[in-house]
Amino acid sequence: MAYTEEELKKELETKEYEYGFYTDIESDTFPVGLNEDIVVAISKKKSEPKWMTDWRLEAFRHWQAMEEPEWANVTYAKPDFQAISYYSAPNSKPKYESLDEVDPELLDTFKKLGISLDEQKKLAGVAVDIVMDSVSVATTFKKTLAEKGIIFCSISEAIKEHPELVKKYIGSVVPQKDNFYAALNSAVFSDGSFCYIPKGVRCPMELSTYFRINQAGTGQFERTLVIADEGSYVSYLEGCTAPSRDENQLHAAVVELIALDDAEIKYSTVQNWFPGDKEGKGGVFNFVTKRGICEKNAKISWTQVETGSAVTWKYPSCILKGDNAIGEFYSIAVTNNYQQADTGTKMVHLGKNTRSTIISKGISAGKSQNSYRGLVQVNSRAENARNFSQCDSLLMGNACGAHTFPYIEVKNKTAQIEHEATTSKIGEDQIFYCNQRGIDTEKAIALIVNGFSKEVLNKLPMEFAVEAQKLLEISLEGSVG
Amino acid sequence: MLKINELHARVEEKDILKGINLEVNAGEVHAIMGPNGSGKSTLASVIAGKEEFEVTKGSVVLNGEDLEDAAPEERAHKGVFLSFQYPVEIPGVSVTNFMKTAINESRKARGLKDMPANEMLKLIREKSEMLEIDRRFLSRSLNEGFSGGEKKRNEIFQMAMLEPKLAILDETDSGLDIDALRIVANGVNKLRSKDNAIIVITHYQRLLEYIVPDFVHVLHNGKIVKSGGKELALELEEKGYDWIKNEAVV
Ligand SMILES: Nc1ncnc2c1ncn2[C@@H]1O[C@H](COP(=O)(O)OP(=O)(O)O)[C@@H](O)[C@H]1O
Ligand SMILES: [Mg+2]
Repeated sequence: MAYTEEELKKELETKEYEYGFYTDIESDTFPVGLNEDIVVAISKKKSEPKWMTDWRLEAFRHWQAMEEPEWANVTYAKPDFQAISYYSAPNSKPKYESLDEVDPELLDTFKKLGISLDEQKKLAGVAVDIVMDSVSVATTFKKTLAEKGIIFCSISEAIKEHPELVKKYIGSVVPQKDNFYAALNSAVFSDGSFCYIPKGVRCPMELSTYFRINQAGTGQFERTLVIADEGSYVSYLEGCTAPSRDENQLHAAVVELIALDDAEIKYSTVQNWFPGDKEGKGGVFNFVTKRGICEKNAKISWTQVETGSAVTWKYPSCILKGDNAIGEFYSIAVTNNYQQADTGTKMVHLGKNTRSTIISKGISAGKSQNSYRGLVQVNSRAENARNFSQCDSLLMGNACGAHTFPYIEVKNKTAQIEHEATTSKIGEDQIFYCNQRGIDTEKAIALIVNGFSKEVLNKLPMEFAVEAQKLLEISLEGSVG
Repeated sequence: MLKINELHARVEEKDILKGINLEVNAGEVHAIMGPNGSGKSTLASVIAGKEEFEVTKGSVVLNGEDLEDAAPEERAHKGVFLSFQYPVEIPGVSVTNFMKTAINESRKARGLKDMPANEMLKLIREKSEMLEIDRRFLSRSLNEGFSGGEKKRNEIFQMAMLEPKLAILDETDSGLDIDALRIVANGVNKLRSKDNAIIVITHYQRLLEYIVPDFVHVLHNGKIVKSGGKELALELEEKGYDWIKNEAVV
């Protein structure tokens, strides 16, 4: 590979990223507790059609009969589901005609996120749908997208404006009763994003959503549905940060991706929810179900950088249904202090000549526990399926743990499965070498960790990669000594 | 510039430096020679502040300031540079990125803003040309898969980029073929000035034909047993270290 002047320049120009913010915005919040009335009330609040209300109720009934899963390598005090408020929306209800009308505090938050709408408009190339405490507050670039027939809006809006699409696909990849948290989400999801790319259309910009949890004690239940019609392409970015909080907050999102024949979806996440303090107090519980289905010749890539949350339980998966389908999973999971992460992927090979790649980089520091859990399943009809998995762990100190749980189920003899795993430790000699060049230990670790994670960071779009690098650095602060 | 007084240092209960005295002034080049295991690298590490080594007695003073409490990165910010005998690998971190970080961290310590990208670009271009380093080399992971010679050349490239006040080159000549040695020595010589000083640690006098020292010291068993001018290097080459060992015993 050549290393051009341009590339050299780019590497030198990489900017640092501003992070961390906290905003007080008046909210409209439901009383705590969960029952059928609350489910109906959420649906009403969002003026949903009856089929949606019924769908939620069906999910709620399933959920009531389900048990919280316990197989993951995490321990935590189970949330009291009756002590959570299931709906919270910023008070300023009317849609704004101009930025002047928007709550200045909210605008300030946008600025801190580095995504002030003004700036975004100029920057071109990134459309932002901001989910602020469950309700989409602003959507930009809609016009450009509309010209191509692309729909990018909140899921609430989609339920109203494009019911045929939502009805057809919602729950088609992650059914209501898929698991405990998915069922809960299906019953009470407050908002989220919807995206549809028509046949043969290449989405001209990265679609990006910034999520955050802003109201104490409100669980966040996002629902995302991305449909890439035949031969289309989309790159979708999801990012989030959260201000410090003292109490546990539950987050149970569901993301469904549908890649029809010859379509491609790239889904990138940078997740930085409050991980709890140094003593392990507080922090977000992140129980997420993400899954995509690939039809013939379709491709789905999941890229994730997970630095936040007290407890993470997350397995972005691909069902490779069509022949020649491709699934990819690139992940960086960082745990520090008392964080616990049990994350990985499932690659289910159903079609012929399906291929999957898994690159997982786990970084553990402090007293944290970091587990990779991956399933590669090759069904009997999946001739010539191929998988390559690589799981690398980097340990800092002696009090943390890294665990790898690879599951391989092969029912077809033609399958080719490769699994590689490494565990390494940051060496004192590496740190001294950096110190000698004027780089302090904290920065040295950030540098070494970034290097370790490079293969995955490289899969992220440029501006996201910068953000992700910064997050790695922040999340490992204070991890030495 | 550098004043080392009665320096004793140990590692893992083992005394390695046993009373070193050395004074290096700005504008001078000192060579430290000596057999394997005599403590040359240890001396370099102690000057650079490696915490593994415990200073039990004596002091290292840089420009009038006792370095006892200075962390390794602070010493670097004060202008101490060590070209490692065995440079470490940092997978996934390019030479460019590493240098950018190092330069900006040092600038930050001096209250300066990050070096503008185009300025850095110019610096990289200039220094890589001086050391005849291929641009592609700079995009590779630091020292990962580098040959011995590439590692050493990269150390000197870093030295050129950082422009230190006191540079210690620990066996920079090992692993270099004659052409590379000439290029590297030439690079080092260009960095010589009346304001900085260089300590060249080497086994052989070969390197000293190119980087001509003002003083030569012979380290043996944790002590400087002989000092002299550049002729001493030649004498050593001729007579071998046994000569010194025998003399030291006497
Ligand atoms: N980290 C260490 N732990 C134990 N012994 C060490 C360590 N570093 C160096 N030594 C010992 O100190 C002595 C001097 O080593 P060194 O300074 O590397 O010598 P030189 O560079 O002159 O070859 C040797 O006996 C070596 O084994
Ligand atoms: Mg040595």
